[in-house]
Amino acid sequence: MSAAAAHDASARWPSAMPDDPGFDVRGLTLAERILSVKAGRRVRAGEVVVIPVDQVMMVDSIAPSALRIVEEELGGVLQHPGRVSVVVDHVAPASNVEVATTQKRLRQVARDKGLRLFDVGRGICHQVLMEEGLARPGWVVVGSDSHSTTYGAVCAFGTGMGATDIALAMVAGRTWFRVPETVRVRLTGERPAGVAAKDVALEIVRRLTADGATYASIEILGADAFGAGERMTLANLAVEAGAKVGLVAPDDALRQRYQVPAWLEVDDTASVASTLEIDLSGLGPVLSVPFQVDNVHPVGEHLGVHVDQVFVGTCTNGRLEDLRQVADVVRGHRVAEGTRLLVIPASSQVLEAALADGTIATLVAAGASIGVPGCGPCMGRHMGVLAPGEVCVSTSNRNFMGRMGSPEAEIYLGSPAVAAASALAGAIALPDARPDEGAGA
Amino acid sequence: MSAGNRVWRFGDAVNTDDILPGKYAPLMVGEEAFHRYAFAHLRPEFAAEVTPGDVLVGGRNWGLGSSREYAPQALKRLGVGAIVARSFARIHYRNLLNLGIPAFAAPDLVDVLEDGDRVRLEMERGKMLRLHGDGAEEVLDLPPVPDFLREVLSEGSVLAFYKKHGRFPGEDASSPERAD
Repeated sequence: MSAAAAHDASARWPSAMPDDPGFDVRGLTLAERILSVKAGRRVRAGEVVVIPVDQVMMVDSIAPSALRIVEEELGGVLQHPGRVSVVVDHVAPASNVEVATTQKRLRQVARDKGLRLFDVGRGICHQVLMEEGLARPGWVVVGSDSHSTTYGAVCAFGTGMGATDIALAMVAGRTWFRVPETVRVRLTGERPAGVAAKDVALEIVRRLTADGATYASIEILGADAFGAGERMTLANLAVEAGAKVGLVAPDDALRQRYQVPAWLEVDDTASVASTLEIDLSGLGPVLSVPFQVDNVHPVGEHLGVHVDQVFVGTCTNGRLEDLRQVADVVRGHRVAEGTRLLVIPASSQVLEAALADGTIATLVAAGASIGVPGCGPCMGRHMGVLAPGEVCVSTSNRNFMGRMGSPEAEIYLGSPAVAAASALAGAIALPDARPDEGAGA
Repeated sequence: MSAGNRVWRFGDAVNTDDILPGKYAPLMVGEEAFHRYAFAHLRPEFAAEVTPGDVLVGGRNWGLGSSREYAPQALKRLGVGAIVARSFARIHYRNLLNLGIPAFAAPDLVDVLEDGDRVRLEMERGKMLRLHGDGAEEVLDLPPVPDFLREVLSEGSVLAFYKKHGRFPGEDASSPERAD
């Protein structure tokens, strides 16, 4: 356990969750169950509840505003400072004097208020909270970042909010929610080799569309064969279909890693708004094509498009398994002339593990640049922004116009393996289609 | 009679990077400057030409993407009076409520409002008036406001409500949840 996780007992509050909520939870969805237990009464979709939050997470780009609202509007006193995490990841390390000055102030405030601070290089907020055990099954975690749905990987009710909501949650120790309807996604069939969790997540977004799950909870069933990191990828992209949360159904693997309360399980009799069935055996590698995340097409339709930059990283796909997939593709080859491969591990733990097992050495030997753990160029601020006319294949989560820099640049979102293959080819490519001997060397 | 406020019409899926690109966040360009970059890519003339009270009209899923509150904060700084869309993305909608920017999911209005229209918002009456060149006023209905939102809007924003009452809208003053 890291020092930060050990820092105070309230960090893991309330790890001992009641196995008996004291009322009947039958017929309730996962989202309704979590919010009911928090509210202390049975609640259904459509009701508004005000409930305690277990963890509040803020990133460097939002924390200054949230803390200013706390000081100037709300009296400055936090309900549970020990349940607040600050992660410096969005512009880390600082890119200019303005950012450096803001971050300097943020560190001081975090120390003064007794908040848990994860500074430059520790990694991306969602990855760090999961590694530190600050998101757990049945918890309610609110973060100042839309991809806070990631915590749904361990069936925590994780959701993104703006600065004012975050400020209120810190001061009140609670927040309001409209209990969401549920869109159930049932994964069936066997996943073919070469189909990544990213491909499955993008298929979910394609089928639901960018607003198909607005305000809803996406309840993901049938992900038992997906690893812990892959589940994070699935939950992470739930917000790209508009969802409030993306809850991956608890299974034995989760119960081995965490204490999962008995009431936190899928109820087939619960009433849901809709059910989407996805046969994994029919899927292949896909790309989300500019400029909308739900604009998803088979990689095969875009083969040969010249690629200037390949970015592997982010809360979506910057974990050890992702880096290893890239290493497996590029091992013994070189990135194509005229193409840049940028790899940014999601956290310092990921970086350490990737150093220890030789993954980083393989990537560097192939010509990759390795960045400081953090968000990197995902939102176009530093460490790899795009010029007009440039094309990037990225393992990230948004391809909006101007997202990574110039509004005249294009971003294709795909899996780590497709990103790696594209880096070798210098053009959009499938992992099987290796460049000819010597072509890229 | 007032000439009313201008309608700025946008399409479907206006995202938070459209409203305020990440590279122009307050963290990057400073608290005093970021609002000048509202719609910098999508509609570069907007920030210079918008006037207080103007109404933005969008299609489906207005505000999808990031949780960045500084995107709607930029619109508030510029004095945007209301946003009318077919539908709103969730986090962004909460941010609008928190900032007190009136937001109406009103497909009927989106169907009829054109870019450059002059309108006057009369929220107490639940109406929007479209002002025609010949002096005629066309009365359009705003959608009814649910109880929870009515409570919020009574104080202007969720933040204002909490500051005044020490509780959230819809929260029972004696609620056991508050004991925590």
